[in-house]
Amino acid sequence: MELKSYEFRRERQRKWAELEALISRVDKSGLSSLTAKQLHDLPVLHHAVLSSLSVARSISLDRNLLDYLEGLAARSYFCLYGSREPIRSVFGAFVLHRFPAAVRALAGPVLVSALVTALGFATAFAMTAADPEWYYSFVSPEMASGRDPAASTSELRAVLYAGTHGANSAGLSRFAAFLFTHNARVGMMAFAFGFAAGLPTLWLLFTNGLVLGGFAALYHSRGLSVDLWGWLLPHGVTELLAVVLCGGAGLAIGGAVVFAERDSRLRALARVGRTAGVVVFGTIAMFFVAGLIEGIFRQRVTDITVRYVVVLATAAFWFVYLRYAGRRSEPRVQQALERAIKAAPTGGHATREATRP
Amino acid sequence: MSARRRWRPGSTPVNARIREVTTPEGIPLPMVLATVGQRFEALFFDLLLQFLALLALSLVMGLLGIGAWIDDPESSIWAGTFFMLVMFFMRTFYFAWFEVRWQGRTPGKRRAGLRVMDAAAGPLKTEALLVRNLMRELELWLPLQLAFNPGGLLPNAPAGIALGAAAWVLLFAFLPLLNKNRLRAGDMVAGTIVVLAPKRTLLHDIGGQEFSRQQRSEKVTPDFDFTDKQLDAYGIYELQVLEDLLRRTDPLKKDAMKAVARKIRRKIKWKGRPPDDNRFLRAYYAALRARLEKKLVHGKRKEDKHSRE
Repeated sequence: MELKSYEFRRERQRKWAELEALISRVDKSGLSSLTAKQLHDLPVLHHAVLSSLSVARSISLDRNLLDYLEGLAARSYFCLYGSREPIRSVFGAFVLHRFPAAVRALAGPVLVSALVTALGFATAFAMTAADPEWYYSFVSPEMASGRDPAASTSELRAVLYAGTHGANSAGLSRFAAFLFTHNARVGMMAFAFGFAAGLPTLWLLFTNGLVLGGFAALYHSRGLSVDLWGWLLPHGVTELLAVVLCGGAGLAIGGAVVFAERDSRLRALARVGRTAGVVVFGTIAMFFVAGLIEGIFRQRVTDITVRYVVVLATAAFWFVYLRYAGRRSEPRVQQALERAIKAAPTGGHATREATRP
Repeated sequence: MSARRRWRPGSTPVNARIREVTTPEGIPLPMVLATVGQRFEALFFDLLLQFLALLALSLVMGLLGIGAWIDDPESSIWAGTFFMLVMFFMRTFYFAWFEVRWQGRTPGKRRAGLRVMDAAAGPLKTEALLVRNLMRELELWLPLQLAFNPGGLLPNAPAGIALGAAAWVLLFAFLPLLNKNRLRAGDMVAGTIVVLAPKRTLLHDIGGQEFSRQQRSEKVTPDFDFTDKQLDAYGIYELQVLEDLLRRTDPLKKDAMKAVARKIRRKIKWKGRPPDDNRFLRAYYAALRARLEKKLVHGKRKEDKHSRE
């Protein structure tokens, strides 16, 4: 006669060791190091160990055995359910589908973000138009660098048509790289600050609008509006849109922190957060494009017609891309996801919530 | 969603915070949450690695530059631009890149035996890994910057307000200390937890072998023929504490066994000459386990010595 739990262990432990060896191998050199047969065995052994664990819990009191099986089950869970998309396919899916879809999913907060920026703009514009002295409260001296109500109209005009940062390509590239990294950082910050109930994000968006409004009012008062927008918008379409998107992403997570309703707060936050993160990662590419346009194109091309062509082209591109890209594949992705969830033996409710795109 | 914190026998670290999750197959699994110290250790290592990589890059560029470009203003601007971009991408993508590639681990986490997992034990999503590292802007880089320049957040504000803002930002850095699941802001936004994934080895089954031996030997040692009443003195908790003791390998084990054996003998009213501690404890462990496991199979779990069946 033998202890049942001992017999049970003797019969199964070879399978456990087999799984353990596979996992150690994956840990060391990745899933790609497994043969086709081993890849096929992995989920089979995983299920075998899970059922061993269930049985062990109901018949064995050997703490070491239970600990071992729990540890092994956890490790094979990590192995099977870790993020396994190859970087290249993530990138492709990201550009073609996930980024524009995530932006559409956050249309509400993005709209709020745009409105807050517009409100800042309108406020500063109206106040500066009524009394130019207000300009100094909206635009700091460093930012204005001489472009203030005291400057003459021709000086203000000259800034718009002079490449100020050296004409050689090295200097322009450095300027573009600086603009890109700096603006992308500001965008990410605007997003991350959303975590504090969205308030710092609102403030950042509003002050961003104020600066723009101040500038616009100053140039408007000298009859230079068309020239200013030709100078600002070729990169501004992309850059402002990216800032508004980052702000929208920040407001979305801020909203999830404050207005969690049915869902538990953390679950709602995670669902919104993953979508918002995709949006912010996409804007890094937008800031890159904006940096190139501002740092190089604007310094080289002073023809107002060409400038406005770029404005229209970028606006049309972003509109079409963000509104339509990946639309057709959305239902397909959704269906595939639902099939996968149905096929899974028992998907926890929480898991289902979290994977909704 | 809660973490419990109770000592239990076995290989789980003392004072570990345990979080019970359910795998997609529906099996509950206890996960050991990483401590703030372990996470800090991993972070420190990752930052060190980034710093060393940048240092190596600047050394290489410097060496190349002495011969090639340092005197040529245009080339040195290109080199500076390149360095600026490398720094930006390193800071923004280091963590996310490794976590996506290595299934929730960075070099630092790997070294500390940690990994990121989905808080609901679903599949680990790329999106979650991206966003949990985006939040580092707020939790890591900004507080680091403010540590060197506390007024930097609001340069034009009065000192009091600027310092207040800095303190408020630091609050985000210390968030993991303020909640029971040790979540940082990035974990909350991404729906992830960071757990310890240690390797555990399967040791010999003490009771099983002992039990079989005694069964085979047809009771040549009547000393160890425990009565049911003697075996009912303890429950599962005590059994597993005894297992821990028998698996110990330290020099103090002998003294501990002596004390425990005496305690058990008194409790079960052992009659006669005290036997060898080691043999006695092993035999008692095997017999107790056999009895408790038999009850378990019949659906009766006697948790500890206080519980009634």
